[in-house]
Amino acid sequence: MTKVKSLAELKAMREKLQNSLDVREKSENPDSLVQVKVAMATCGIAAGAKQVMEHMMEKAEALKIPCVFTQTGCMGYCHAEPTIEVKVPGRDPLVFGHVDNNRADEILTKYVQNNELVEGIIPVNYATIDK
Amino acid sequence: MAKYKMHILVCGGTGCKSSNSPQIIENFKKQLEEKNLSNDVQVIKTGCFGFCEQGPIVKIMPDNTFYTRVKPEDVERIINEHIIKGRKVPDLLYTNPENKEHVSDSKHMDFYKKQIRIALRNCGFIDPENIDECISRGGYEALGKCLSEMTPEQVIAEMKASGLRGRGGAGFPTGLKWELCAKNKADQKYVICNADEGDPGAFMDRSILEGDPNSIIEAMAICGYAIGATKGLIYIRAEYPLAIDRLKIAISQAREYGLLGTDILGSGFDFDIELRYGAGAFVCGEETALIHSMEGMRGEPTLKPPFPAVSGYMGKPSNVNNVETFANVPVIITKGAQWFSSIGTEKSKGTKVFALAGQINNVGLIEVPMGITLREIIYEIGGGIKGGRKFKAVQTGGPSGGCLTEKHLDTPIDYESLMAAGSMMGSGGMVVMDETSCMVAIAKFYLEFTCEESCGKCTPCRVGNKRMCEILDKITKGNGTMKDIEDLRNLAAVIKDTALCGLGQTSPNPVLSTMDNFMDEYIEHVQDKKCRAGVCKSLMSYVIDKEACIGCGKCAKGCPADAISKTDYIAPGHKLPSMVIDSEKCIKCGACISGCKFGAISVK
Repeated sequence: MTKVKSLAELKAMREKLQNSLDVREKSENPDSLVQVKVAMATCGIAAGAKQVMEHMMEKAEALKIPCVFTQTGCMGYCHAEPTIEVKVPGRDPLVFGHVDNNRADEILTKYVQNNELVEGIIPVNYATIDK
Repeated sequence: MAKYKMHILVCGGTGCKSSNSPQIIENFKKQLEEKNLSNDVQVIKTGCFGFCEQGPIVKIMPDNTFYTRVKPEDVERIINEHIIKGRKVPDLLYTNPENKEHVSDSKHMDFYKKQIRIALRNCGFIDPENIDECISRGGYEALGKCLSEMTPEQVIAEMKASGLRGRGGAGFPTGLKWELCAKNKADQKYVICNADEGDPGAFMDRSILEGDPNSIIEAMAICGYAIGATKGLIYIRAEYPLAIDRLKIAISQAREYGLLGTDILGSGFDFDIELRYGAGAFVCGEETALIHSMEGMRGEPTLKPPFPAVSGYMGKPSNVNNVETFANVPVIITKGAQWFSSIGTEKSKGTKVFALAGQINNVGLIEVPMGITLREIIYEIGGGIKGGRKFKAVQTGGPSGGCLTEKHLDTPIDYESLMAAGSMMGSGGMVVMDETSCMVAIAKFYLEFTCEESCGKCTPCRVGNKRMCEILDKITKGNGTMKDIEDLRNLAAVIKDTALCGLGQTSPNPVLSTMDNFMDEYIEHVQDKKCRAGVCKSLMSYVIDKEACIGCGKCAKGCPADAISKTDYIAPGHKLPSMVIDSEKCIKCGACISGCKFGAISVK
């Protein structure tokens, strides 16, 4: 290990290391962040959800969008895998289907950053037991 | 470096460790490897989460799911269900005792709702054996700030303004302590960390050292800079092997990064830390005794003055602070004295960590703002008394403290209010008692502890406590007189006035406070020869209800003392004569009660 020689170096080190604790820091306050839930049941994984999730995580990081990614079970939209649900603070959650790398990028740059709707939205028309 | 999508935090504190958490960690690692997930999921062994009652605890991030009482064989289910399919495992979630609903995240548990975690900020969040995790949470930046932006005087001024007081018991203002030591000129000074946690039931210092050892190292270096010391010593009991291991790892990692050693962060300031082991003697928590023990002498206190700030370790000016006190220091420097002093009451600032134990539903380690009430701690965080029984008293401050009762439940807790109520803050042990606890027996328990731990140097503590203990023993055996109660009071007053050190002077407190609050129980023991809690065996008698006894004789066969015999009386409706217990011969073992199928035997 090399020695840390100044406060500035220590702070730079923290910036670099912070990434590795990101998952933990963010999940303490998920409501203030963009929450992305990726449907990761067998069919989702088979349709490439894992790879899309990875891609999206990298992209979000590159765009510096504070996101928290979680895996969930089957959402039931087997015809539209991979599916993800995106919840931007202050907006209702939206479900997107047929998410590949390109669509994931679009969702981040257009929907999350500029509130423009993009292709692939699945209308949610069911009631939950909470409401 | 691999970018993990999920983190599995497993508690590695002493409590969870002894209920098999190392096996849980190993199972997670092995099975993640087998399922080819070890690049996606990281397993981290953390310090204590505090909710020891529900341990071993496993927390899954980013879903923020809090699994309780996890067993090694549950690992497979958690991986298959939660990690792979994203479905929570309901039966491992915490169940709200009131409505029996599962709660998946700690934010919604009553146990965590009222807590503010300053000293425990990193416990249960980071891997204590990896300094990088501490640094990524801002660790050592307070030290950097002191070294590059503040003068030692400014550091002390900040500490004074924060209002932080010693968390080891007496509550001496920390900033003032540092200032006194800084004023004394010497070629060598020492920063000493008192990790000789000795109160029965207190384990906050151990948990901080196990969960976040770097915070203590950083704070000691800050203190060294403020008072002009280049050497730090941690006095820790050898009974804390895990804390010692983690401290050693943290110290060596800090040295590798140059955060300990010479020219720290390019400032020209040198500081290094060594460990000193204690043999676990209660008196060595007293600072002068602690220093003597470190010097290789008997752990006996000496009269103050001279204070350690003038003549401490090896006759040099030394500053002794407790672990929890140190844990607050970096946060005060980073966030400012003003922020810190906004928490708490007028004279007691910040938070206090309490070890909640006894007859309470949620046993564990909690950190709450000063000024919280006992009611909030016991009924909201602690989840109330076990088995729905009635609250009787709570003992705070360990062997130097006292018992608080129902009437103190709504008093805001701080150093002054506890003192006024006849107890003290102490190191933060909090033992909750219900109606099944006998207050005379409790007082006797603490005095027995003091007798055992008295160093023997001064007569009041060595002999006085022994005599008090004998009188209490006599009372619990049913041989007490009213004169004994008077003697207890007199002895207590003399010991308080004449004992040499703080521990001796406070040792009669458990007796005095139980006498103040529960005199009726003392009198009952003496006059009626009765123990209402049914704890004092000598005062109980086993009686057979002659109307209910069918005369089967099972009790007599099971009695190891041959104390049960036949009478001439045959109860109406029965064929055989009923039995009777000879209370002279009875040894109160209870074998007859557990043997009787007809409920004819009871304790009076």
